[in-house]
Amino acid sequence: MSRNPYVREVPKTSWFFRQPRYMRYMAREVTSFFIGAFSLLLVVGLKRLSEGPEAFQGFLDALRGPWGVLFCLAALVAAVYHSTSWFNVTPQAMPIQRGEEFVPGKMIVGAHYAVWAVVSLIVLFMGI
Amino acid sequence: MSERQIQLEVLRYDPETDREPRFQTYTVPCLNEWVVLDALNYVKDNLDTTVSYRWSCHMAVCGSCGMMINGEPKLACKAFIHEYPDQIRVEPMAHFPIERDLVTVVEDFITKFASVKPYLIPKEDKPVSAGEFKQTPAELMKFKQYTLCINCMLCYAACPQYGLVPEFLGPAAISMAHRYNQDSRDGGRDQRQEVIASHEGVWECSFVGACSEVCPKHVDPAGALQQVKVASTIDWYKEHLMPWSKK
Amino acid sequence: MEIIQTDIAIVGAGGAGLRAAIALAEADPKLRIALISKVYPMRSHTCAAEGGAAGVIKSDDSLDLHFNDTVGGGDWLCDQDAVEYFINEAPKELLQLEHWGCPWSREPDGSVAVRPFGGMKIKRTWFAADKSGFHILHTLFQTSLRFPSIRRFDEYYALDLLADDGRCYGLTALEMRSGEIRHFEAGAVIIAAGGAGRMFPFTTNGAIKTGDGMALAYRAGAPLKDMEFVQYHPTGLPNTGILLTEGCRGEGGILVNKDGRRYLQDYGMGPETPVGQPVLKTMELGPRDRLSQAFWHEQQKGNTVSTKWGDCVLLDMRHLGEKKINERLPFVRDLSISYLGMDPVKEPIPIRPVVHYCMGGIHTDINAATPVAGLFAAGECACVSINGANRLGSNSLTELLVFGRKAAMSAIEHLKSAPGSNNASALAAKAQESEARIRALFDKSGAKESISGLRNEMMHTLEEGAGIYRTGDRLAATCAKLAELRQRYADIEVHDKSKVYNTDLLQALELGSMLDCAETVAVGGRDRKESRGAHQRLDFTERDDNNFLKHTLSYHHPKEPPRLDYLDVVITKSKPGVRDYSGAHK
Repeated sequence: MSRNPYVREVPKTSWFFRQPRYMRYMAREVTSFFIGAFSLLLVVGLKRLSEGPEAFQGFLDALRGPWGVLFCLAALVAAVYHSTSWFNVTPQAMPIQRGEEFVPGKMIVGAHYAVWAVVSLIVLFMGI
Repeated sequence: MSERQIQLEVLRYDPETDREPRFQTYTVPCLNEWVVLDALNYVKDNLDTTVSYRWSCHMAVCGSCGMMINGEPKLACKAFIHEYPDQIRVEPMAHFPIERDLVTVVEDFITKFASVKPYLIPKEDKPVSAGEFKQTPAELMKFKQYTLCINCMLCYAACPQYGLVPEFLGPAAISMAHRYNQDSRDGGRDQRQEVIASHEGVWECSFVGACSEVCPKHVDPAGALQQVKVASTIDWYKEHLMPWSKK
Repeated sequence: MEIIQTDIAIVGAGGAGLRAAIALAEADPKLRIALISKVYPMRSHTCAAEGGAAGVIKSDDSLDLHFNDTVGGGDWLCDQDAVEYFINEAPKELLQLEHWGCPWSREPDGSVAVRPFGGMKIKRTWFAADKSGFHILHTLFQTSLRFPSIRRFDEYYALDLLADDGRCYGLTALEMRSGEIRHFEAGAVIIAAGGAGRMFPFTTNGAIKTGDGMALAYRAGAPLKDMEFVQYHPTGLPNTGILLTEGCRGEGGILVNKDGRRYLQDYGMGPETPVGQPVLKTMELGPRDRLSQAFWHEQQKGNTVSTKWGDCVLLDMRHLGEKKINERLPFVRDLSISYLGMDPVKEPIPIRPVVHYCMGGIHTDINAATPVAGLFAAGECACVSINGANRLGSNSLTELLVFGRKAAMSAIEHLKSAPGSNNASALAAKAQESEARIRALFDKSGAKESISGLRNEMMHTLEEGAGIYRTGDRLAATCAKLAELRQRYADIEVHDKSKVYNTDLLQALELGSMLDCAETVAVGGRDRKESRGAHQRLDFTERDDNNFLKHTLSYHHPKEPPRLDYLDVVITKSKPGVRDYSGAHK
């Protein structure tokens, strides 16, 4: 048999270094870690709250410490990146057709940002 | 007409004599308006008749000449020399076995493509003599974009998921299933769902989006796959939360 | 040599081959069908057809009108019984494609839309934007996947038909990936392998269109018919030869010379029609042969625009507006911008005539049967003839459907009536001979001729002698040159010695096919001393119905130029008349 196709193996752990677009994808995936971690933090906060005012105050103090602030900032940046990277692809996943035309992707993305802003304002308002 | 010398590095692999691929460099005098395919044809006609690659239409519609050009999946007939530096490296499409030089083994794609039932399964029986199925321009627009796939397989060469998990059905096959699912004349979605809403189907996709970025016809297979996911998820909820609504 | 047994082998998996395969599979699921193609089906050149497919569907149209347009467009060289069959079947075939999912463009009410095309008195061209051939091909390919009895042999190059006692019993083919030669035993063979436009240097045709199917039949004893009729499409991009569909003009695009004059009015296609309001069968909607010839005259007069790619005229579509161009001609816009750097929305596009289509091909009767029993042909490689001396735009896509199916039906009839070969050893010997021929070509070394060198010489002598306008002297010179090239072809060498996907060997074989076809073009043209349709002689400027209302038949000879014979055209109801593309007609 003269055939002998050559198979190029894809490196299992370092494949995403091959392409900038793979790196962008990994950034989106990795930032989800912070979102998960922040959710976990909220759960811990709830637990502390259930353990009484002192425990909760300790939790809040820890959050106000330098590591806490650093973590919250990092989580915020990651969450913003993660969310925007998803917002930007929503027109692909949820196209809306009106008659023959499709609603421009920018409008769908824009609607997401608008809802986000409104929800953030409400949360901020409730926090004050 | 401006002329320019480029160094064309071509991956060579002859399964009868080579144990692994190597690169061979050719100096090619190019016209600025040339595409990489023209440079390859220059090599074939003037420098080395043994280079093997597929091509035909030279107008980006037959889908034959997909290859990696400086690491990016491209149709060689639509990769303009003036967009590249003087050194251009061409390799066979990633993620497919190399048959010979720039020619890949693509049977895997063909089999997967066929498996999604990429043909109309009519919703209603209607003899040809009774005329056409009516379809409004809006109904046509709903799926038109997904009919533009030329089966060039660049999306498979771009998809890291396909590279890592060869069982994955892949972008072009699933978006073609989606094309028929969206067709107002079609009633075959349930049959296709068995294949595409599976683990090796759409759920293997992690929405890297590379397929849509490299698609030379702007089919947006990534979008199609996400839409299939959304529809499949709705199916699941309907089935589990509203069992009475089952057809 | 591995033997593959099948009932019917189809060579070529483009529009005609796929349509034939589906027809066979639908007619009898037990039939064993081998679909053999040198490329994967969706690479076939059907995919490059843009404008659309003609078929009578609208209430203001009639079969008679389609008949008259086709016969007149073909300058009365069409066989009228075949045309009648063709136009009758056309709507059914196009509807069948609709039922298979073809995304035809639509009217607001959901019915199929039609657009105007050159040489047609009524709008009757079904279209899928400007990718009609692409959608037809993919619809057929995808539909073919429904049928398990269609066994595909993708990337197999057909080498020789195996005939015994005047009957065809199969063929040999080279499996590209392994370099092995296979023997296909078949009760009937259908050739659907496309045209041979690659004989010319400047063509819309893809690299694969090298006349292999024509040469295959020709070498096996079937004559090639009317090969001197080669269509120049009037609107090709000047640098690449990429086609801009006739739909550009159907939608209202106009042709102007360097002075901005719509010059077609000076060549019997006027009077000038209002810009953006195309009038059928007038001006820009004249037939392709007339438009390409008008270009030639403008060039002689010095009225063309000179560009770095040669002399051009301008195709102006700006008045159509961006919205209409995007909706109806998106591919044209994309191609112009990508390959020429010019946007038809903003500027006129320089274009020039480009070799597009072979009216001639393997001689078949109305049943798609060739004179070799068990051998059928359909599509561009065949000549039924419905196209006569000049094919009307949008008839070819329909033709490959109508006659692809017809070839399948005829092949089934043949299987029923014909006994299988009882001479297996003779066929096996022929298969061995075929293998030995390839082996000899493959093994030869020390030869002097290069494949690309010979190919260039062939292309240029053909363009020189058999272009838009021809003369006896130049055709004779081309005949002599092609005879010389045929001799020199024996001295080529395949440098690539690998068996796997050897495109050097493939190109050598394709060159052989093209040389065979090219000689029939030149010899047929030399001896046709008249001007008709796409065959225009400067030394015989008139149509000569007394002597040449006939088909040219070219028979192969292994060492000499083709032998010519002639066959009367079938005239049923339309006597040869004047082709009127002036606004004077009604």
